[in-house]
Amino acid sequence: MRDQNFGRRDFLKGAVAGSVAAANLPQSAQAQQAPAAPATPGYSFLNLDEAAFVEALVDHMVPADELSPKGTELGINIYIDRALAGGWGKGERLYMQGPWKLGVPSQGYQLPLTPAQLYRAGIEATNTHCRKAYGKPFDRLDEQQREEVLAGLSTGKVSFDSGLPVRVFWTTVYQTVMEGMFSDPIYGGNRNKAGWRLIGFPGAIAVHRENVEKFRDKKFPADPISIADMS
Amino acid sequence: MTTKMKEVDAVIVGLGWTGGILAKELAEAGLKVVALERGTMRSTDKDYAVPIVRDELRFVVRHDLMQNTARDTLTIRNNPSQEALPMRRLGSFLPGEVVGGSGVHWSGHTWRWTDMEFRVRTLYEERYGKNFIPTDMTIQDWGITYAELEPYYDKFEYTAAVSGKAGNIRGQIQPGGNPFEAPREREYPLPALTPILASEMFTAAANNNGYHPFPRPAANASRAYTNPDGSKFGGCQYCGYCQRFGCEANAKGSPHITVIPIAMRNPNFELRTHAWVTKVLKDSDGKRVTGVTYTNVLNGEEFEQPAGMVLLCAYAINNVHLMLLSGIGQPYDPVAQTGVIGKSYCYQTGAGATLFFEGRHFNPFMNAGGSNTTIDDFNINWDFDRGPHGFVGGYNIGAGFNTALPIGYRPVPSGTPQWGKAWKAATAKWYQTAMNINASGSVMANRYNYYDLDPTYRNAFGQPLMRMTFDYKANEHKMGQHAAQVINDIAKSMNPTRLNQATARTQPWTVVPYQSTHNTGGTIMGTNPRDSALNKYLQSWDCHNLFAVGANVFAHNASYNPTGPVGALAYWTADAIKNRYVKNPGPLVPA
Repeated sequence: MRDQNFGRRDFLKGAVAGSVAAANLPQSAQAQQAPAAPATPGYSFLNLDEAAFVEALVDHMVPADELSPKGTELGINIYIDRALAGGWGKGERLYMQGPWKLGVPSQGYQLPLTPAQLYRAGIEATNTHCRKAYGKPFDRLDEQQREEVLAGLSTGKVSFDSGLPVRVFWTTVYQTVMEGMFSDPIYGGNRNKAGWRLIGFPGAIAVHRENVEKFRDKKFPADPISIADMS
Repeated sequence: MTTKMKEVDAVIVGLGWTGGILAKELAEAGLKVVALERGTMRSTDKDYAVPIVRDELRFVVRHDLMQNTARDTLTIRNNPSQEALPMRRLGSFLPGEVVGGSGVHWSGHTWRWTDMEFRVRTLYEERYGKNFIPTDMTIQDWGITYAELEPYYDKFEYTAAVSGKAGNIRGQIQPGGNPFEAPREREYPLPALTPILASEMFTAAANNNGYHPFPRPAANASRAYTNPDGSKFGGCQYCGYCQRFGCEANAKGSPHITVIPIAMRNPNFELRTHAWVTKVLKDSDGKRVTGVTYTNVLNGEEFEQPAGMVLLCAYAINNVHLMLLSGIGQPYDPVAQTGVIGKSYCYQTGAGATLFFEGRHFNPFMNAGGSNTTIDDFNINWDFDRGPHGFVGGYNIGAGFNTALPIGYRPVPSGTPQWGKAWKAATAKWYQTAMNINASGSVMANRYNYYDLDPTYRNAFGQPLMRMTFDYKANEHKMGQHAAQVINDIAKSMNPTRLNQATARTQPWTVVPYQSTHNTGGTIMGTNPRDSALNKYLQSWDCHNLFAVGANVFAHNASYNPTGPVGALAYWTADAIKNRYVKNPGPLVPA
């Protein structure tokens, strides 16, 4: 296996520069086995650097093992891209009038940024931190280094030179990764309902009126049902 | 340019449970009624149908049925020395914004608040003396009694299809019910919901510990039901998508399937959606209101709706906001302790433990909104002596599941990594093998917990946002510590494999994460105009043809969910208007 971090971004950058790297385009074994569900059906918000960051992030947070495929194979990266490109990412329902003050934590979100702007600024700041600490961006780090970075973000031990509050960025990142893993597959993540299968959640099933007694203290044999399955 | 509409007998601001009840009752009494609702019409058939309603991201995370904070929100702070900042997105509480209001997305927990709330100051002073109540705790009697409200609780329970088990029928204690409840005239309209494993295990543990468990009463029809108005309910499907969702089975007591469609069929009633009320208008001497102004949010056009009566029936916070924006009554000032509008904002507190049992199967995705067993031993049980513990109020403890969907609910033992293989393995192992025991605690009124208008931030209509100043005080901290201890003792007696213990909330109240949509007070009812905004009929002391109906009238917050008394008081007020006010308009209680 070759370095999984040399990915589509390098290929596309090469293509723009007129290189002939196409012949070397790496594909993961899993992707070859499942051509109907490519890991990256295309991005509508993330640029190449951001896509590489998000792919590396979700594969680190949700690694492949016997319990589930890895984050990109679950489509968590696609979920995040679509969420950022859509109404939520654009700040729909977010009160966006100033003046802007950081306030105290109990006052909640106070940045003058839409979620998409926050994500963009946070990725840039995280990569700046990674370049300073390790000499390369997050997606080029090895597993141990990625772990160190996420531990630093989640505990607030890392701070961003740009002034962006790490805590706010990390909270948003973490929430969106979980959404991409456990929301209905219509949003691009939880592909093949693998997030639901991990925990045995039956999905959008309509009725448990009989089951509530029948399966009291018994394992419910869940083959999860999604909105698309019932539509 | 404001278009003046034809005068009606009553204009209702907001069409949820209280607006729906008043619309139906007053239209049936022959009054011409117009309701103005800022949200849209939604129906079970089109909007709450399977599969589209089974979408946790849309309805829970993205707040599809809730107030849009881009247009109007509040500023918040913990104390008057802080600078309030806008709640830029919803978090701690979730007001609804559709026809049906929060009555569409509630869980259905329906309680009867008792004289332990309505006579709170009298009871505590009699038993513990005046000094037991802290100086800044501005609790006061509500001016109403349980006995007066009993028929209206009954009416609401039968309208909303409440399933439960009575504990006290006309003074006779009933096995299986809540022995501490105040006497009721008759049983609940529907038998209790089918218990789930978590509630059964808690029932056994509570009994073993000498407590008195009972099934939580909930407006989730335990079987098909037709209410006294002829509204039809399906039986609850235990689908696990209750709180924050409309009910596809029409099993949840919601105004959009009960009182509102009945009002809509009445030619005396008209509903205008997308109608955002900006102000209540007063006449020149300020003794009466003359109607409201509103904006059609589809095109920005402004209207005046003249009316003989104005009934504020929006979410509790928004009712108070409209009073402040309209300059009705004297705004509350916590320093001078003058004024009443904005006074006694209260919330709720709590504590919770998560218990992990290897080998059990809790199936947290199979439950009704009210699949829960509760104990009231530390709540409306007056034999519980608060004296040694030094707090006023009480808490109920319950166990069960309500809407435990996987974006939001993935319990793992403390210390579990937040990502990676170990996180995945723990998430897979414990999702179905964990249960919770939670306490919900009262919050007493405090001098420094209140609403006023924000000096800086404005809504989409250019009006000042409401400013909320709130924090938990020592009284709530003490209660939370007591609750956490009781929860942990019960939990340990159940011998879980792992236990995340309950801890009291002692940090400042924070706007994230979700806590409860039980915001109370601001225009409280009471016995006189010096310390309350409304009389016992929810009628403004200042303008006798203005009524404000909702949890905004509560003089403090109990541990119980608020909708029982909210619904009962709406029926109570409807009767007062129909039977007394219309015949002889004027103050129903002398000031």
